[in-house]
Amino acid sequence: MKIKANLISGRTAAQGAHLEAKTHKGYFDACAYCELNPADLERLGASEGSSLKVTTEFGDVVVFAKANEGNPDGLAFIPMGPWANAVLSPDTHGCGMPGFKGVPAEIEVTNEKPLDMKSLMKNYREA
Amino acid sequence: MPVIRDAVCSLCGSLCDDITVTVENNKITKIENACILGHSKFVGMLEHDRIETPMIRKDGELVPVSYEEAIEAAAKILVNSKRTLSYGWCSTSCETVSGAIQLAEETGSVIDSTANVCHGPTALAAQEKGSPSATLGEIKNRADVILFWGCNPVHAHPRHMVRYSSFSKGLFTEKGRRGRKMIVVDVRKTDTAKLSDKYVEIEQGSDLLLVTALRSIVNGREDVIPETVAGVPKAEILELAEILKNAKFVCIFFGMGVTQSRSKYKNGDAMSSLISDLNQHTKAVMIGMRGHYNVTGFGQVATWETGFPMAIDFARGYPYYNPGETGANDLLVREEPDAAIIAAADPGAHFPQKAVRHLARIPVIQIDPYPNPTTEIADVVFPAAVVGIEAEGTAYRMDAISLRMKKLIDSKFKTDEEIVKDLTEKVRKLKRGA
Repeated sequence: MKIKANLISGRTAAQGAHLEAKTHKGYFDACAYCELNPADLERLGASEGSSLKVTTEFGDVVVFAKANEGNPDGLAFIPMGPWANAVLSPDTHGCGMPGFKGVPAEIEVTNEKPLDMKSLMKNYREA
Repeated sequence: MPVIRDAVCSLCGSLCDDITVTVENNKITKIENACILGHSKFVGMLEHDRIETPMIRKDGELVPVSYEEAIEAAAKILVNSKRTLSYGWCSTSCETVSGAIQLAEETGSVIDSTANVCHGPTALAAQEKGSPSATLGEIKNRADVILFWGCNPVHAHPRHMVRYSSFSKGLFTEKGRRGRKMIVVDVRKTDTAKLSDKYVEIEQGSDLLLVTALRSIVNGREDVIPETVAGVPKAEILELAEILKNAKFVCIFFGMGVTQSRSKYKNGDAMSSLISDLNQHTKAVMIGMRGHYNVTGFGQVATWETGFPMAIDFARGYPYYNPGETGANDLLVREEPDAAIIAAADPGAHFPQKAVRHLARIPVIQIDPYPNPTTEIADVVFPAAVVGIEAEGTAYRMDAISLRMKKLIDSKFKTDEEIVKDLTEKVRKLKRGA
């Protein structure tokens, strides 16, 4: 089962508290997840902690599922960081700012696990 | 045991200047008044990984080298580069920013700040329409209606509402939260929205529509408003416009929901016009919720030294500015830079994949106290003292008020300012054979 979602990213307190501790597991826990509302998670057959694959025209990334009742239907949120940026839009529309919010995405449950920060970044060195 | 009062927290743009720090044996042992972000910043000195020594990437691995060796390697990268991107410089002092601009001029680089992925569009909007603003002190003392648009201070600026806005008590706002109306406009019910008197949920990416509708109403043309705008019923928009018009002093604080969503700088541009319209009825101002503690300072220093606040290209020998062309992300996505120097920011974590992919392909010099995703793709790495804790300096709060950061403890690490100075000297020697 796949759902279509509108992906946004942004700050959270836990992400901000790890701004200078990005090699720690706490940073991974604070950033490598995707929030959907409980109804969307149910449609996916996912529960909190399930692995989700988020795919956009710019790439794909595996993150953990998290529920947030504040999200309207079809709105997905990944905290700002390298996991979100694996799939967000590099297009600046000619004004400098990439597309960090409002990227069409497809989300599905996967058996893969999210990569830790160093493994994720290693992909760039080898690309 | 020395207790340092009124230390400035060098984490977010709120730049809280009431932190009490206890220092024992050159270690911070107690923090008072800081939020979760600030607390993590100060105690991080003891708990987080540091970059312990200068490093150079050899055979794919970063290996420790002497400071002089790293300076030599970094200077060679800069001298041999035809198109260097100098990026970041926002979690550091204004004194460092000034040095970084000199280095960029010397090397004909493009220098850009984290505003590129933050409030860059706000700077563009201010250039288009102006930015009627106030100090946070004025907001604290006077604002009776506070609107948070596309920002979530509970998470991003945790003490903002207590010190400067919704919950603060001031000269004409002695009732504090009870005497103020707090409104939140956002795309999802955030923790900030949960504290508001009125929450307006809009469809993601439709901020410009709602601002435009509000402007029509404030200008007496509610007849042109359709039944719903941006997913919000007309009656609710009318109610919101009435609250704004009837306030004594309105402040709209706005964040990434405004600058990063569709229409980008046009959102801030329209908001500035709305502020202008509201000023026909009452007093209204706008303030961007700046993220990095001194991203405002970068804009100030760059503007007084080059005429532009960000994305400044020195390739022609004089400052040239066109953010959609000379912004860090545009340059990287076009695969234009052949080297980069990155300090006090982390594009490895905060740039989209296409930009990071190009950074990984070119020589990258990094200056930072802590290892982060950028370190993983860096080739020459300099450890730095933490400004605001191990080094003093000037920073600008989100309302462009300058504050002097104190040095709280000694450090074995060089400051950003010293590293940039040494690097600039080395570059000059290599270029001129002196």
